[in-house]
Amino acid sequence: MNMTADPRDRGGPAQPLLLVNDLRKHFPVRGGLLGRQIATVQAVDDVSFSVRKGETLGIVGESGCGKSTTARLLMRLIEPDAGDVVFDGDPVGDRHGLSVNAMRRQMQMVFQDSYSSLNPRMTMAESVAYAPRMHGLPAKEALSRAEDLLAQVGLNPRQYARRYPHELSGGQRQRVNVARALALEPRLVILDEAVSALDKSIEAQVLNLLAELKARFNLTYLFISHDLNVVEYVSDRVLVMYLGRVVETGPVEAIYARPRHPYTRALFASKPTLDPDRRTKEMPLTGDPPNPINPPSGCRFRTRCAFAQAICAELVPPLAAPLDGADDSGAHLVACHLPHAQQVLHA
Amino acid sequence: MSQATAELVRRELGPVEITPIAAAPGYWKAVGQRLMRDPVTIAVTVILLGIIFISIAAPLVAGADPYAGSVLARLKPIGTPGHWLGTDETGRDLWARLCYGGRLSLLAGILPVSISLVVGGFLGILAGYAGGLVGTLIMRTMDVFYAFPSILLAIAICGLLGNGLSNSVIALSVVFIPPMVRISETVTTQARHLDFVEAARASGTTTMQIIRHHVLANVLGPILVYATSLISVSIILSAGLSFLGLGVTPPQAEWGLMLNSLRQAIYVQPYVAALPGVMIFITSMCFNLMSDGFRSAMDVRLNK
Repeated sequence: MNMTADPRDRGGPAQPLLLVNDLRKHFPVRGGLLGRQIATVQAVDDVSFSVRKGETLGIVGESGCGKSTTARLLMRLIEPDAGDVVFDGDPVGDRHGLSVNAMRRQMQMVFQDSYSSLNPRMTMAESVAYAPRMHGLPAKEALSRAEDLLAQVGLNPRQYARRYPHELSGGQRQRVNVARALALEPRLVILDEAVSALDKSIEAQVLNLLAELKARFNLTYLFISHDLNVVEYVSDRVLVMYLGRVVETGPVEAIYARPRHPYTRALFASKPTLDPDRRTKEMPLTGDPPNPINPPSGCRFRTRCAFAQAICAELVPPLAAPLDGADDSGAHLVACHLPHAQQVLHA
Repeated sequence: MSQATAELVRRELGPVEITPIAAAPGYWKAVGQRLMRDPVTIAVTVILLGIIFISIAAPLVAGADPYAGSVLARLKPIGTPGHWLGTDETGRDLWARLCYGGRLSLLAGILPVSISLVVGGFLGILAGYAGGLVGTLIMRTMDVFYAFPSILLAIAICGLLGNGLSNSVIALSVVFIPPMVRISETVTTQARHLDFVEAARASGTTTMQIIRHHVLANVLGPILVYATSLISVSIILSAGLSFLGLGVTPPQAEWGLMLNSLRQAIYVQPYVAALPGVMIFITSMCFNLMSDGFRSAMDVRLNK
């Protein structure tokens, strides 16, 4: 990865591009006659992580675990209740740091639904050129940048620039969405289930395109997905979320080879495999995740965990190095109290 | 396409030359082209323009004084020499009265709807986009107005302000604002949560820009269609107010008022008595069909 050429780099190569500290969002549930707050949905609860320059951080977890809320909190589409976001050394939204608007120029997002994320009344070129124009680029330059970007994502502008969203296929539309996200020349792109709705063959094409663009534009990706195979393919590091909290994080090889948290292992056990030698011996996960309105005390996974003990209900397990001492580098972190629960059982 | 982009396309997509699709027109030009292929919409638009022209040019085309009656020429049938559409119960020329009546009827139909479109549309988009306390405040206030039947509300306001055309316009505007607010609030709320609005927000677009470029374009269609359908209601309601002596006052010519006063002659000259009603029917039909045609033409998804 060529990290020297980017003049926008402020914090130096060792400074993570994105630092998230104790990000929290609780949605009030209102009810009753006067609309009093009767409960809270703890959608994202004290989530901390970092994204290094030029890497791809994969975020996995089942639906409702707070992946997308985290993405929207980072983009400030939703205001967080608490927590700090530091972009390349500059605290976002801080008086002395980076304004939310300035942050949004450097951080962009691709949504899952390729159709609803394009204005049905705008042509492809207009959609891609829109954000640069709103930031003051003259119409003509914005248009030529849009055509350029359409070519970069593999769509001939002569053929597609003047088309409307309903005239394109899902894969083509998602390419346009990628081009639109790149129009402001961001450094970090959040891909929120960006390829999940596509056919497998199209998905592979778009993933390859994303990899190419990453190298070409010196991008950093935050790749949110529920598809474990795809995350393994694209990510450098992985973050596993459960019910609004981070349960495990580490390099992709470490997590996929030796998952420590019982939830991560259960998640991987649900992953379909074609290899009869790799059948998991562990019990598959049963039941639905608990209601985030009243999450279990202590470790949120304890209600579905085969290893749960008294301590799990009392203390929230901190993210720490695995208890077997195999990895003390701090790269691999797991939120579990119990040493024996962190051992991989399958052969 | 710039030279650099063309170069990029060659490099990225190979030497395959794709014939460029015909330079697509801009949005409004495309809307115009689609309209041109819709004979019904063209026809009703021409009819409406004709009615509007005749109303404006009434002194030139009427050929008779709409207020000069004659006891001898009362309730003549259609086709009477000198009165080709017959005369009303005081012997006034019906063609002349229909021409002059169009002025007030169209005004009473279009003006309240336009006022409520602007005010109600603004409040609705504000309520839908802002949500929260502002939205609740606006919508609950509208609910209070909803509690009254529309004609009763109009009568109450007219009674308060006194009679006259301007007061009935005000009364009808107030009556039409709540449904307009409700429609625009609903479509705005729907549009606000679409991903492309979120994406625009995420790229630092200001709220006003988002409303102008993304919300309005997608919200205006349904609101306009609803507004045009209200024009016919407005014509009929204002006729009702005139009948009660609250709107336009006799001897002024207005279709609703004419229909009401010719009502008694329905057994003597049924065809003449029906004419003002026919005009109201044709006008409101044309407005409805035209709005429908425009909606289809403005929808890029329906046809190419």
